[in-house]
Amino acid sequence: MTWFAWRQARAQTLIALAAVLVLTIAAFADGRTGTMLRMWLSVLVVVVPGLLGAFWGAPLVAGELESGSFRLAWTQDVSRVRWLTLRLAVSGLAGMAVVGLLSWVVTWWASPLDRAGLDQFGSFDSRDIVPAGYAAFAFALGVLCGVFLRRTVPAMAATLVGFTAARVAFRLLARPVLLPPVTAALALNPSATGYGSSGFLPLAPPPSLQPAAPDLPNAWVTSIGIVNGKGDGLTGSVLAGNCPDIGRGGGGGVVNPFANGSSHVPAPPGLAGTMHDCVARIAATYHEVVTYQPASRYWPLQWAELGVFLAAAVALAAACAWRVRRIG
Amino acid sequence: MPVDNAIEANALGKRYRRRWALADCTLTVPAGQVVGLVGPNGAGKTTLLELAVGLLRPTTGTITVRQRAGFVAQGAPVYAELSVADHLRMGQGLSARWDASLAWRRVHEAGLDPRQRAGRLSGGQRAQLALTLAVARRPELLVLDEPAANLDPLARRDFLDSVTRAVAASGEGMTTVFSSHLVADLERTCGYLILLAGGQVRLAGRVDALLAADDHARSLDDLVVTYLREVPR
Repeated sequence: MTWFAWRQARAQTLIALAAVLVLTIAAFADGRTGTMLRMWLSVLVVVVPGLLGAFWGAPLVAGELESGSFRLAWTQDVSRVRWLTLRLAVSGLAGMAVVGLLSWVVTWWASPLDRAGLDQFGSFDSRDIVPAGYAAFAFALGVLCGVFLRRTVPAMAATLVGFTAARVAFRLLARPVLLPPVTAALALNPSATGYGSSGFLPLAPPPSLQPAAPDLPNAWVTSIGIVNGKGDGLTGSVLAGNCPDIGRGGGGGVVNPFANGSSHVPAPPGLAGTMHDCVARIAATYHEVVTYQPASRYWPLQWAELGVFLAAAVALAAACAWRVRRIG
Repeated sequence: MPVDNAIEANALGKRYRRRWALADCTLTVPAGQVVGLVGPNGAGKTTLLELAVGLLRPTTGTITVRQRAGFVAQGAPVYAELSVADHLRMGQGLSARWDASLAWRRVHEAGLDPRQRAGRLSGGQRAQLALTLAVARRPELLVLDEPAANLDPLARRDFLDSVTRAVAASGEGMTTVFSSHLVADLERTCGYLILLAGGQVRLAGRVDALLAADDHARSLDDLVVTYLREVPR
């Protein structure tokens, strides 16, 4: 049975490994300095797990249901659940191996650029061990979609949509709090605080103060806020009361890394002086609060996220087995 | 272990969404017989056989199978991308009682190239491969669902003959259940007949006894047609 599961995964696994090998040779032949190539390799590591879910996972059961070969496979002496378990294990581990290898190659290739960039969390999704977890999750999701939809092409589409949604939701909602973030309080520095509003009318948010990001190399700053001694945030009315000139004639100071700096309009010198004074007034009762994941959290977060996605993959596989038992 | 009945169905019913493919079906399939399951298209033959081999679950009633089954599904599905030899190895891996020498002998007799991918086999060759996979499991009960339906007349005759040979060669009185909508397919091979129409059993018994009991029927075909005329449409 293990041989049979491997026989059905063999061709696609060998082709994928060959593609990774070719990519490795091509990337190193190109040198290790291309920032464009670094970006494209990162994109590849992000995208490949989803494709693997769609092209390996979705057809695993749906293809058999469509071709009718399940009538051959499920009338032997091996139970459906055992059959499914072995096929999931063999194809799933092969997929994890392919993506893990790809991620390892890209991590290795990009390591000089990554070290110089001091932004390890910027490439968190496309380095080291988490891509293998995404691969396991996408694969199990693909199989599950195939089991429920019973047709390959809709299952492939559902897998891509579901995987993308899961990854984006996890990135936005779960990863910042996967480990409790560290909070730091800093004095509000009037010379390093931006102000104004970014965005197009009428969608432009109300004018606000934008304190500078603290100097935390390789850390992941998840939020920057302004609060007073009681912990209340700086409201628009307090801001407007102290700084009646805000929002008139461009922004100033340092551009917030979260704001889109491309449309930044510098304030005229007179206004900049007024704003400096009013920020200093606010700084008497308010201070800057930064939450962040320190640089040392990189590996704990990699392991934690890998664990979450692997656990989710196992849960999805169990759901596949539950459903496969009930087909018919 | 010898049993009287290979299959016992009691008030068996199967519904697909709103349509009942099989309703209140009670029947026994005696062990050791070659049983023909006839009926028009849509009579519930495939549903009954797939319930017997566990591919389907009953909506109502029960079905008990007392013998270890080998199954050839309708259209003889195989893995198109796997070779004939791969299929034999698969059968060995998935079967508790695999007879490798029987499997290889049958492959050679049927003139199959072991390296040929199953997707490139003709319909007759594919049916032979599927029959080989079922027979080499050394089943006590061989279930064939319309195995000859899509074959040309010559391949059809060859296939039916090889079923007869396989049953004879099993030597242990292998029960064989064999569905078809063509009575002519069954006449040469079957000793026992079950007529299924409208999701229910209309007639069941030994072919010779059925013919002897009916004064008007000159052939099995006549007998089946007579009973089918009585089925409400």
